[in-house]
Amino acid sequence: MAFLKPGAVRIAAVCMLALLVTGCSANWGWYVVSPTTKTGMSNLLFLLGGLRYTLLLSFTAILISIVLGLLVALPGLSDNRYLKLFNRTYVEFIRAIPILVMILWVYYGLPQLGDIKIGVFWAGVIALALSDSAFQAEIFRAGIQSIHRGQYEAAQSVSLNYVDTMRFVILPQAIKRILPALGNQLVYMLKMSSLVSVIGMQELTRRANELVVTEYRSLEIYTILVLEYLVLILIVSAGVRWLERRMRADERG
Amino acid sequence: MILNGVNKNNANHYHRLGHLPRFADSGNAARRAGRSDGRTAPPMREKAIVTQVDGAAAGAPIIEMSGVCKWFGEFQVLKDIDLLVRTGEKFVVCGPSGSGKSTMIRCINRLETHQQGRIVVDGTELTDDARDISAVRSEVGMVFQQFNLFPHLTAIENLMLGPVRARKMSRKDARERAEFYLERVHIPEQADKYPGQLSGGQQQRVAIARSLCMEPRIMLFDEPTSALDPEMISEVLDVMTELAESGMTMICVTHEMGFARRVADTMVFMDAGEIVETADPETFFGSPRSDRCKRFLQQILGH
Repeated sequence: MAFLKPGAVRIAAVCMLALLVTGCSANWGWYVVSPTTKTGMSNLLFLLGGLRYTLLLSFTAILISIVLGLLVALPGLSDNRYLKLFNRTYVEFIRAIPILVMILWVYYGLPQLGDIKIGVFWAGVIALALSDSAFQAEIFRAGIQSIHRGQYEAAQSVSLNYVDTMRFVILPQAIKRILPALGNQLVYMLKMSSLVSVIGMQELTRRANELVVTEYRSLEIYTILVLEYLVLILIVSAGVRWLERRMRADERG
Repeated sequence: MILNGVNKNNANHYHRLGHLPRFADSGNAARRAGRSDGRTAPPMREKAIVTQVDGAAAGAPIIEMSGVCKWFGEFQVLKDIDLLVRTGEKFVVCGPSGSGKSTMIRCINRLETHQQGRIVVDGTELTDDARDISAVRSEVGMVFQQFNLFPHLTAIENLMLGPVRARKMSRKDARERAEFYLERVHIPEQADKYPGQLSGGQQQRVAIARSLCMEPRIMLFDEPTSALDPEMISEVLDVMTELAESGMTMICVTHEMGFARRVADTMVFMDAGEIVETADPETFFGSPRSDRCKRFLQQILGH
């Protein structure tokens, strides 16, 4: 955990302290998730158990959306009119669909197209990845366009073909520049994964919902949920910033 | 085919030359290039040998441009360019800015496309055919005003990328070759540094070595010293002079007239997209024919 800087830890600590102070008033019933009692402990573990699915869902979706985004961005940079048109159409169309609608469409709609069976997890992954890929495509396009023309010319003058030019010269530089934006998308994805709860995915939000239904302590349980996302995202953004620092260090030495 | 045969022979000549321990060194080049490591100067090689090899191989046309025209929108940047460069010849192109010098040499490796006329490089005519373009590019090295090194790769990785990816060399062979050419531009000790850690002059020498690593038969220089601080110009020109002495076919766009006098076989003066004057350096500097050329020379040599 070398990348956990004191800043992130401090933010988390302040947030928790504030909650703890207010949480001591009479209106709160922390017993519902208190690790000191048997039911409290099992409730808490039930909530935390969703972490696994949230992480799995978000990271699978972001990986797919990065690949999709790149595949959509590259035609957008070509001189060919039709390839450009494909890029614009894809981006505008996908970007216009709300994520929740996309999830419902993929899970309930898509199977009726034919004999397609999609599980909750993959429906969630596909919906999130598709929705995000339009944004990734725009991020990649901007990043690649920011690379100076001289880099292409130098690559051409040492006889590199298009794929090698992209792979070894342009993308490594572009990715370094778009890393903050990619980090943003990852955070966004972690949060949007909560929407997959509506189709029954057992991730953080779904579990909190289910527990609220049986325990009737929505304040405490949703507070725990807020904290779960907070800690998760602080860790992720600290990780992204650590990656940025490391990649920049390469060039300065 | 005959032309091809001659060229292949010459390629062998060059190849052998390229792998001699070191090429002709003007003696103070190493010192000026900032070698302060106390190593002894590299062994001198007789210039005569080089010239002889040149003499034997020179003569075969390697770049032929005829009636080349190019427009940027409405504006005509190249007007009916005719140029014939033979193997081993060194051309220096000068002229006021905006005269089309850079555009002309960029057409030779198809970084710019011409709209009229013919360009034949080493027996291959430049058309839209991607395979022909790639064949030409692998014979033509290019050095840019802004160096255009790959900033995310170390100096030696910059040199190795082309041979490994385009020439399909093994990493080991490519590394050996890269080390050889870094030595040739006098900066073997900077191999593992990133471009951002090098001075402008060092960066440009890495860029020259990167081109040489592809073992091209022609080198194009597009104002290679224009972006450099004055104190770094000579280290780059020294490397270029040594390269010229090794028998490389070169076209240099530059305003370094001292270098031009020393190295050029032929001076080319361009203005407003035309080749106005072509002459050997002595005639060119001594008695230029056109008024435009006279005026230009006065301006850059006057102070």
